[in-house]
Amino acid sequence: MQNPWVYLGLFLLVGIIIPIVPIAFSALIAPRKPNPIKQSTYECGIETVGESWVQFKAQYYVFALVFLIFDVETVFLFPWALALNAQNPAVLPAFIAIEGVIFILILVAGLVYTWRKGLLEWA
Amino acid sequence: MNFWTDPIKVIYDWLMITLTGWGMSGWLADVLINLLGIIVLITAAMVLDILLVWVERKVVARFQDRLGPNRVGPFGLFQPFPDIIKLIIKEDITPAGADKVVFNLAPILSLASVIFLWAVIPLAANVYGVDLNVALLYLVAAGAIGTLSIIMAGWASNNKYALLGAYRMVAVMISYEIPMIVALLIPTLLAGTMSMKGITLAQQDGLWFVVLSPLGMLLFLVAAIAELGRAPFDLSEGESEIVSGFHIEYSGMKFGLFYAGELLHAFTFGAFVGILFFGGWNWPLPWGDKYPLIGIFNVLAKGMFFYWVIMWVKYTVPRLRIDHMLAFNWKFLTPLAFALLIVTAVVHAIFKDLPLWAYGLAMFLSNILLGWAVLEILRSNARQERAAEETPAPAAQH
Repeated sequence: MQNPWVYLGLFLLVGIIIPIVPIAFSALIAPRKPNPIKQSTYECGIETVGESWVQFKAQYYVFALVFLIFDVETVFLFPWALALNAQNPAVLPAFIAIEGVIFILILVAGLVYTWRKGLLEWA
Repeated sequence: MNFWTDPIKVIYDWLMITLTGWGMSGWLADVLINLLGIIVLITAAMVLDILLVWVERKVVARFQDRLGPNRVGPFGLFQPFPDIIKLIIKEDITPAGADKVVFNLAPILSLASVIFLWAVIPLAANVYGVDLNVALLYLVAAGAIGTLSIIMAGWASNNKYALLGAYRMVAVMISYEIPMIVALLIPTLLAGTMSMKGITLAQQDGLWFVVLSPLGMLLFLVAAIAELGRAPFDLSEGESEIVSGFHIEYSGMKFGLFYAGELLHAFTFGAFVGILFFGGWNWPLPWGDKYPLIGIFNVLAKGMFFYWVIMWVKYTVPRLRIDHMLAFNWKFLTPLAFALLIVTAVVHAIFKDLPLWAYGLAMFLSNILLGWAVLEILRSNARQERAAEETPAPAAQH
């Protein structure tokens, strides 16, 4: 196939359909006898108290934010890693490397800031 | 060119001639043949998955000094089939308050996110799904779907344990994605391409990347184990507090899909370690790149070896606490990953035009030096902490 993305689209389609097959097959032949006890929320046999969607620790949110910053910035590093091996670079490869190093150091400064602020502690 | 050197092309041509001979238009035949190839590839992955269930049970039994399945078929090899039949005919219970659409979608996405990865695995020099030029980014993206499926399962189950398990698991998975992306940058940097096939070819011409960057290999392996959510990083489970975590409310085949997805995920990442750092289809003997059968054998053997290493870690190391785990990532792995990236980039830029042995030696020594420096920093830190704990000796003791 000429276009790899068309192939990938087909692949994703089949990849979604194949896991559906056993579930659909199971839904056809498995017994279905629901009752309130069976369908109640499992909490080791104790009755559920209050809402199931409980409040969670705000610390998760902080980690998600820190992750988001790093994830976006690391994507910028992939083109840089490719440019380092360019066949006829306009500048010296060492110069490209140092440029990338400065970028990484700015990233690390962000990490150090979060660290010193105590956001990485599981208080 | 014959069947033994390029089987895919031979089969493709034969099917193309047959289908167009029946009066089918060229592009339709092309799509149909590719669809057939995709179904064969995914089915092969699923059959491998069934085998992995047996491998997992047999190996864990050996680690725990048991025999494992040995009744159904030779060496218990057919044990997974009764397991599957049991899972399929089991009643599927949906809890009363669950969000039904999301609840059903989560296991499907969980397995699909692993199957997606098989599109870019180069099994041999000319046996692969597709040679994407951004395969490593695609790998990260498909992994994010796995994270999504976990939070979907935890949220939709309407269960406190499931929700807590999902939050912990996702916190770990997204945190360890940073060192993993940086570890993926290292083969990119060394090979000058993001394509899996290009990375393997670069190792075929030069040295295997495990020689150039042993630290990067270890980093990728640790981050991969955390991404997989296997012990010691399987925080979503906790027999004494949240039972089995995000898939606590799943039964029957839906649970089976989570289980199958986990095993196949572990094997796939083992294969990635083999491809990115251990030369993929190459081996020390000749013909690894010429005959696809040998190439496929090499990739699967390397995958199976690292699958075994992941299991070895799983059944040896106890589970960590979440604050330790996140601290390990943010205060150790992430700084180490960035330091390694800086060292690799600088050494690579300076030494890449030198002869291969000098370049290899410089890369290897810089890695060893960095590893030693990091261990030394850790050791002095631990010594200081121990001293700080010991100095305020309890004066009240008589």
